[in-house]
Amino acid sequence: MPVFRARLAALFLAIGALLLAGSASAQTPGYEQALKGFAEDSFSDTDAAITGVAISGHALAARVIGALQDGRLLFDPAEKKIYLREPPGLLDAATGKPVAGDPPAGLKAVRINNRLRRTIDAALGGLSLLGPDPNRRFEAAQSVFKSRDANALVALDVAIGKEAVPRVKKAMLEARAAIVVTKQGATELEQLEAIAVIRERSDLDARALLGGGLPSGLSANVQQAAADAIAAIDQYLARWRMLQNLWYGISLGSVLLLAAIGLAITFGVMGVINMAHGEMVMLGAYTTFVVQEAIRGYAPGMFDYSLAIAIPAAFVVAGLVGIAIERGVIRFLYGRPLETLLATWGISLILQQAVRTMFGPNNREVGTPAFMSGVVDIGGLAITLNRFWIIIFAGIVFVALLAALRYTTLGLHMRAVTQNRRMASAMAINTGRIDALTFGLGSGIAGLAGVALSQIDNVSPNLGQSYIIDSFLVVVFGGVGNLWGTLVGALTLGVANKFLEPYAGAVLGKIALLVLVILFIQKRPRGLFALKGRAVEA
Amino acid sequence: MTRNFLKTAGAAAALFVLAALPLAGQARAQETIKVGILHSLSGTMAISETTLKDVMLMLIEDQNKKGGLLGKKLEPVVVDPASNWPLFAEKARELISKQKVDAVFGCWTSVSRKSVLPVFRELNSVLFYPVQYEGEESERNVFYTGAAPNQQAIPAVDYLAKEEKVTRWVLAGTDYVYPRTTNKILEAYLKSKGVKAEDIMINYTPFGHSDWQTIVADIKRFGSQGKRTAVVSTINGDANVPFYKELGNQGVSAKDIPVVAFSVGEEELAGLDTKPLLGHLAAWNYFMSVDTPENKAFIAKWKSFIKNDKRVTNDPMEAHVIGFNMWVEAVKKAGTTNADKVIDAIVGVKVPNLTGGISEMLPNHHITKPVLIGEVRADGQFDVVWKTPGLVAGDAWSKELDGSKDLVADWVKLKCGNYNTKTNRCGG
Repeated sequence: MPVFRARLAALFLAIGALLLAGSASAQTPGYEQALKGFAEDSFSDTDAAITGVAISGHALAARVIGALQDGRLLFDPAEKKIYLREPPGLLDAATGKPVAGDPPAGLKAVRINNRLRRTIDAALGGLSLLGPDPNRRFEAAQSVFKSRDANALVALDVAIGKEAVPRVKKAMLEARAAIVVTKQGATELEQLEAIAVIRERSDLDARALLGGGLPSGLSANVQQAAADAIAAIDQYLARWRMLQNLWYGISLGSVLLLAAIGLAITFGVMGVINMAHGEMVMLGAYTTFVVQEAIRGYAPGMFDYSLAIAIPAAFVVAGLVGIAIERGVIRFLYGRPLETLLATWGISLILQQAVRTMFGPNNREVGTPAFMSGVVDIGGLAITLNRFWIIIFAGIVFVALLAALRYTTLGLHMRAVTQNRRMASAMAINTGRIDALTFGLGSGIAGLAGVALSQIDNVSPNLGQSYIIDSFLVVVFGGVGNLWGTLVGALTLGVANKFLEPYAGAVLGKIALLVLVILFIQKRPRGLFALKGRAVEA
Repeated sequence: MTRNFLKTAGAAAALFVLAALPLAGQARAQETIKVGILHSLSGTMAISETTLKDVMLMLIEDQNKKGGLLGKKLEPVVVDPASNWPLFAEKARELISKQKVDAVFGCWTSVSRKSVLPVFRELNSVLFYPVQYEGEESERNVFYTGAAPNQQAIPAVDYLAKEEKVTRWVLAGTDYVYPRTTNKILEAYLKSKGVKAEDIMINYTPFGHSDWQTIVADIKRFGSQGKRTAVVSTINGDANVPFYKELGNQGVSAKDIPVVAFSVGEEELAGLDTKPLLGHLAAWNYFMSVDTPENKAFIAKWKSFIKNDKRVTNDPMEAHVIGFNMWVEAVKKAGTTNADKVIDAIVGVKVPNLTGGISEMLPNHHITKPVLIGEVRADGQFDVVWKTPGLVAGDAWSKELDGSKDLVADWVKLKCGNYNTKTNRCGG
């Protein structure tokens, strides 16, 4: 690391000098020499080569290091030559000219490990502080904040002077403070100011810097300021943590809601103990996989829309399978809960093994569209985008289902049949058809849950099993036959789970929650929102 | 009339079949050597074990092409214990006493192995167990071809401490015997290296845990105290995919907090988008990316056998390759498939492994293996970033735990799996 720092010093001085001189003439001392290190296939030689290339100031330096980061830097073990793979073809890294004709045989990518990734980050951070893209400049400032390399100070000061975007400028000032507080020879006043800036940042990286990154031998004043800042950051983060737990709880609740809401129809409204419910979820997830495979194969540009296509497809697939199960098996078993339980459990095993035979026992990869990847920080709250969209999706499904039951003819017929079958039949409602459609609707919604779960869980034949118990728990806890009960039940269980988990751990937390639900059911056997009146006897 | 006729015909047919069966069985028993394959083909463990069944079928087919063993053909007998632990014991009994197999290759989870142990002891047969496990066991009838903790966990921790300068540790695992024992060993080992108790965080989660938000946030917070932090993961099976997805989503990169896993291999990564996982680590004794002629030949053979160019190979598959070859050599050496003779003959047998070394069966029924550390690549394979200089001998009993550091297993001289060197007695 010290060697690396010394080398990087030259780099930043070179950049600084270049900027101050306002000249763009690229000198290339040692560039080609340094480049040879990439052909040695050893991590320490590659490390030296990165720094060598970075300090050479060659025009291709940033491209070469960027290619190394992405695994596009290739070497020819026989000839010891280095190539860049940049669409559409190969470039000779030494000259920057495209390689004519066939690429040489036996090219290998230059390998990197975590240590080298950090070196690359530091080098690219320095090189891209002045780049055109504000997001890249922001990231560069963040990596300087982490590397705290005193030699980046010159480049950083130049960049701060030029920076117009407030967000990026703030990150650069924080990076500067991180350097000032750790470098040798800063005055006490400078250090105190720097600590104030870092304290203002108030995130985990700031906590890490103040907690363990400070050099020894600081004055008592500075140490006191750092300790105060740590306490303030800890307090600030602890306050946000409550909110963060609530967010986690709502997120878990939305997953439970999605998994359970289909069951609230088949079990809650129709009274069928449907053990194959989880497999409907699994079918939805596999439908997503098939849709994505088709898109990858035929229209790769449409990938971000794959989930939008998978949603109706999963609904139809799971719904049709549900209708087939109802017509083929369950309709002969109405009023015989034990037989229904065993038969649907058998069906769940059959479906699992069928999927295992068709798709293989391994997990299938379902990709995440770009808009669902990543995290957004709001204050001390980290909101992961995939969870955010799942919450939105769960809400939409819930409202749509309520509306369908309330405002459509089919919904009216469903309510009529489940409340009083014989009366409904007398009103010329085809009860058999309604039974099949209701079961299909519940199954189809389970399929929708599968689309969402494919984003956060395994797509494997066992997917459904892990949700079936939780789903029954939610429906029973919320009150059988009541969709609002399912909503409140799912959110209550989710939030309770997430507030218990930090204290009790994941295993004990889950057990504690089960015990609480059992006690609750003892007290209120019909759940949170019990049906009243004649519907109870139906 | 027709019904009666059918009944009579049926009974006659049944009688005929019943009469013919034992004859056929005897006739075939003389011609072939039966090899039992005891891996789950349905249920939760099918995800891992089906591949091992296939690799055994391939090895047996291959051996038959080479002319079989002792002049006889090998015959695989496949049963499906369906990820059901008591069923493992029943199926093992069926293989040994009814099918009369001469050796069994099988089991994945420790609980399935524990459930078949009494059967193998009682019926005196041999089991080859191909999966990394928690150690603390050595049975006369079992050969452990996967890694013991000192062949996987301890070198991995050493690597992180030395190369990544890690001083703060999260030990995260699924709540069952393998992670608990491994973490106990690691905790004792780290403390013996001067790591303070406050720098170790231990976390257990249920099987199939899918909501990792809180735990990943905890890990992030634990890792932001200014010391370099790493996660040692003994998280098993299906829980890994949501765990890694959550790490990627919350932006925990290997540059900040690397995760080294003992149960994540090429097969597990096949269900995952590996781009956010670049640089996370795994410790195994074999990686598909290892560049040796033996491995290349094995991969080519596997892909053509399974008729799928995308299938990957992994560590337990290599363990079966080593175990099977060792058994073949031992049978040749003993000149018989008799269990007692094979158990005596196999200790000391050396066969090449797929990473360029020669593995040897030790008197404690564990084998010598190299330890490799790999980093996840964008294509779902691992880049080997570190390797032990030589092969590491498997310890049946951990030297780090108070209860087991005085125990040794030696089935040649001591004829004992848990000989106490302090009291000089067999039996722990």
